[in-house]
Amino acid sequence: MKTVWTIAKREYNQYFNSPIAYVVMFMTLLVLGIIFAVVFRNSMDSAMFGGGFTPDNSPITGNLVFLMVFSAPALTMRLVSDELRMGTMELILTAPVRDWELIVGKWLGALLFILTLLALTLVYPLILNSQINNGLDWGQVLASYLGVLLVASAFLGLGVGISALFSNQAAAFFLSMGTFMFLWWLIGFPANLVQGGAEVFQYLDMQSHFYNTFNAGQIVLADVVYYLSLTALGLFVGTSAVEMRRWR
Amino acid sequence: MIRVNGLTKDYGSRRAVDQITFDAQQGEILGFLGPNGAGKTTTMRILTGYMPPTEGEATVAGYDVVEESIEVRRRVGYLPETVPLYTDMSVFEYLKFMGDLRRLPNVEDRVDEVLEQVGLAERADGTVHNLSKGMRQRVGLAQALLHRPEVLILDEPTIGLDPGQVVEVRKLIREIGKERTVLLSTHILSEAQNICDRVLIINKGRIVAEDTPENLQSRLLGAERVILRVRGETDDLPAVIEKVRGVQTVQSKEEGVVEFQFAPGQDIRPEVAKAVVGAGYDLLEMRPMGMSLEEIFLELTNTERGAK
Repeated sequence: MKTVWTIAKREYNQYFNSPIAYVVMFMTLLVLGIIFAVVFRNSMDSAMFGGGFTPDNSPITGNLVFLMVFSAPALTMRLVSDELRMGTMELILTAPVRDWELIVGKWLGALLFILTLLALTLVYPLILNSQINNGLDWGQVLASYLGVLLVASAFLGLGVGISALFSNQAAAFFLSMGTFMFLWWLIGFPANLVQGGAEVFQYLDMQSHFYNTFNAGQIVLADVVYYLSLTALGLFVGTSAVEMRRWR
Repeated sequence: MIRVNGLTKDYGSRRAVDQITFDAQQGEILGFLGPNGAGKTTTMRILTGYMPPTEGEATVAGYDVVEESIEVRRRVGYLPETVPLYTDMSVFEYLKFMGDLRRLPNVEDRVDEVLEQVGLAERADGTVHNLSKGMRQRVGLAQALLHRPEVLILDEPTIGLDPGQVVEVRKLIREIGKERTVLLSTHILSEAQNICDRVLIINKGRIVAEDTPENLQSRLLGAERVILRVRGETDDLPAVIEKVRGVQTVQSKEEGVVEFQFAPGQDIRPEVAKAVVGAGYDLLEMRPMGMSLEEIFLELTNTERGAK
């Protein structure tokens, strides 16, 4: 476990040495800031005309996960690819590090970075909370953030796994993004078209596990299991890829 | 410390290492000598647990490289040929990371110690990216020494170094080799001659010769050659030398220089000197002409080629 932590720590620090991390942070906060401003403004406008709604934090977390379809591949693309390209893989794999420790360490490093990013986005619910008479429903905020974290975990797990398949970062980036888009949007479509087996597609659809439950303030065990399974699948692919490279 | 038995590695249909068998004792510096692509790096990668062999077995410090890979890796220090380093870290950070991976106690003190040993203490805070090839090589060496490994495996340790650094690194290796086992590869023959206790000559994945550098020389030569130089003309000098008992062949070289051979083991140089001086020549020089490892090497690899 200590080895995992050593690797995670290095990866986390490494993010702040590269422009990618800052670009991801900047773009995420910029987009969320605009969305926040629009939602905030709308609720004020409608309040002036008597009706109105009380804004909550769900547009922020809802768009945060959507952005991750693009930002997660940027964060994971180099994790293993770069080691393969630079040859440092030889160094790691001849040190007493097990293959899974390497992969899990990489994933954890990326997850810590996402956690940092999530902490920064807490500024929006905090502002909302100060502007609403009765305050925010923190239970909903907490549940939605747990959901965001689980989605991030799944994306990053799969991303690390895909990164281990390529020594080329661009290939890892596009395959990861394609996979995420597929899981996020496309796999749910057949559910509306087919008669039998619709539940299967519905179950596999990644966004329904988030928007219908977590982002509405519910924590459902089945959803937690779903995201953790995807994470485990990604990490398993990554570990197998490293192992296969040895035997090649 | 290292025991290798019938080791074979195939890359697809290409056989990179073919039934290699050897071992190395503690306190021995074993040299792997061979042209590029002979299978040196592949063998080393198997011994460091980086890749498993196709056939055969190998143990390092008593642990099987496949079954007990982690134990092997704990005990081996490895300097890969390409010296891979994390270029965006500082030298110190890099070594600390490697030390943490190996879970060394008091990593920071140990890093300072090793940096001192390889002469990089002043560059500890510099980024690896800005280091010269020679310095990177030394960082790689520091990394290999970090955990005081029982076995040190060095792939082309002096490549890319300037002559001064080569001398330093060789000295360092010889020092380390006094207590620990060192396996190093090189295609520079004088290097093998210089630091190794024993040399394995490897070509096309096979071991073609194995001995001490000195024995390899005399064994292959079958005779000892001596160059003799006198002042002025040589005239009947070859005839004078030929008369000495034990001389096999005499050959006139350039002006004032004669080369003669005698069977190894019976040193007749004093007799030859007496005869030459007795015949009225001014003897200027007499020196043994060992067959260099270069020649041995070419000879061995050529026979291989001829046999095929």
